[in-house]
Amino acid sequence: MSTQPATAPATAAHRLELLRQMLRIRRFEEKCAELYSAGKIRGFLHLYIGEEAVAAGALQALTADDAVLATYREHGHALVRGMAADVLMAEMFGKAQGCCRGRGGSMHLFDGALRFYGGSAIVGGGLPLAVGLALADTLQHRARVTACFFGDGAVAEGEFHEAMNLASLWKLPVLFLCENNLYAMGTRIERAQAQTDLARKAAAYAMPGKTVDGMDVEAVEAAAVRAAAHVRNGGGPIFLEFRTYRYRAHSMFDAELYRDKREVEEWKTRDPIATFDARLRLEGVLTDETRAALDRAVEKEMDEAVRFADAGTLEPIEDLTKDVYTPR
Amino acid sequence: MATEVRAPVRTVTYREALRDAHREALQRDPRVFLMGEDVGRYGGSYAVSKGLLEEFGPDRIRDTPLSESTFVGAGIGAALGGMRPIVEVMTVNFSLLALDQIVNNAATIRHMSGGQFSVPLVIRMATGAGKQLAAQHAHSFEGWYAHIPGLRIVAPATVEDARGMLWTALEDPDPVIIFEHQTLYNMEGPLAADAGAVDLDRAAVRRQGRDVSLVTYGGSLGKALQAADQLAAGDGIDAEVIDLRTLRPLDTATILASVRRTRRAVIVDEGWRSGGLSAEISARIMEGAFYDLDAPVARVCTAEVPIPYAKHLEDAALPQAATIVDAVRGVMGQHA
Repeated sequence: MSTQPATAPATAAHRLELLRQMLRIRRFEEKCAELYSAGKIRGFLHLYIGEEAVAAGALQALTADDAVLATYREHGHALVRGMAADVLMAEMFGKAQGCCRGRGGSMHLFDGALRFYGGSAIVGGGLPLAVGLALADTLQHRARVTACFFGDGAVAEGEFHEAMNLASLWKLPVLFLCENNLYAMGTRIERAQAQTDLARKAAAYAMPGKTVDGMDVEAVEAAAVRAAAHVRNGGGPIFLEFRTYRYRAHSMFDAELYRDKREVEEWKTRDPIATFDARLRLEGVLTDETRAALDRAVEKEMDEAVRFADAGTLEPIEDLTKDVYTPR
Repeated sequence: MATEVRAPVRTVTYREALRDAHREALQRDPRVFLMGEDVGRYGGSYAVSKGLLEEFGPDRIRDTPLSESTFVGAGIGAALGGMRPIVEVMTVNFSLLALDQIVNNAATIRHMSGGQFSVPLVIRMATGAGKQLAAQHAHSFEGWYAHIPGLRIVAPATVEDARGMLWTALEDPDPVIIFEHQTLYNMEGPLAADAGAVDLDRAAVRRQGRDVSLVTYGGSLGKALQAADQLAAGDGIDAEVIDLRTLRPLDTATILASVRRTRRAVIVDEGWRSGGLSAEISARIMEGAFYDLDAPVARVCTAEVPIPYAKHLEDAALPQAATIVDAVRGVMGQHA
């Protein structure tokens, strides 16, 4: 996680870091899929593969003081925000060494030190929390940003409209980050939204709204950096819609009856990692050797994460009801 | 023994006691603020916050749009962000619009995050029937909320508790919901000038008695006390009256201690009987004092009907002193 938002033209090192973050997400999740099949990970597992540019790019706009809320498809956000892959993987395994000591699992990742407030599986349920976190900052005169990720499905929820309205009414420093992957589980956006141009919804709340290519990590970063600066400087909330695509099934139990395989293949031609890799090579930033070294380092990190999770211990049953209430 | 110096006692309404509690909290802790529908300029739907906007300003007395889910969720977020919000929901039926935030976020975040985050949020709402407000303003859902691990549920039934529960709730690191029965706002009672915070842990024995334990809370406390007086005068039955005060966690020890002495229990709960709080209390008495009982536990609950508007129907639906008296006669083996 960067401690300073990028302002100057991106350096080669920074661009390689963007690539590395996307590779980390992808490799982490490929491991998760394998481990799911192996029975090491259970419950619901929602993979972000295809959407990596959004988390990798948007989170560059934040400082360590800012807050992040995400959805149940949030491994990528947690990784980029700075959560260690091993702690994350231990949580996937339900181990005591996981970020939530096995109480949250894939869908509910939290990290107090990173101001990472979950991991919410109630679609739209994180938006009101973002409004409140931003209100707390405003009342305490802190120039912080609360970044709230949600999907196109959340736009159909009442809480989206309520939260957009309240954030704008009170001019709160919220960055509304919509990851539009075209499907609310199996329901394509045209079948759920009368207005499919989601950025236009912001206008109803007197809020700036912008559509961004969510497959281009640098476009995502640039838009998020500009928006975060506006929000941080008291300009009120901003809505960004990132157009992206999920390659994998909604979760691990999805026969994908609702979409054409050709559509998936078409989106893969715009793959955020492959296209960025090509751009960096074209501009002389990336070589075969650098890419191979990146891959090796990421592979090693994820192998170690799996080993750490595997070696982890189980939370004692005696602690089952611990943390329902604060010890007093 | 030195003579105790007592603060002067004045008579105040439940509403004024609540307002005093808000004023004290706002003065004592800069992190405290109040938000909800019409809490500011309007002065609060039940006039609890009247005058507080003028005294504390719009940053701390915040009128919200009619967005229950979002302003309750914003309360949770603000609590996570270091504030001590008081969120007023106009009435219990409206709180169902915020049920997602209360149950899925406020109650779960601490456990789901492995203890990393607490939600020190206070939610207040009016509950209960008796003012002819019909079926969308007058139910008693506190029993539902008391079902949820992660929440603390309290129901002030006296002026002292209306004055004292708010501060303790604000000091609690976890979410607390305060249920204020809508018939109590105008109730007057004595309050010491130095009245302050009270505990949120223990039930209170409001009337001591030997023959039967009346277990109740909130708006039914007055009716239970009235029934106890009638039973003493007319039947020679000496009823003990327990005010639960806190509905989650239940003070089972106080209930059982009383029932073991009186050997009989009647639970008075304005919630519905089926799957309700009264069922839980009855089960706990069965689990903990079965062999001490001289009669089956009896319940006086609201009829299984959406609360009707017409006065005679509403009265017939709710627990009343007369129906409590009848139930007590039943467990005493003195059927009318």
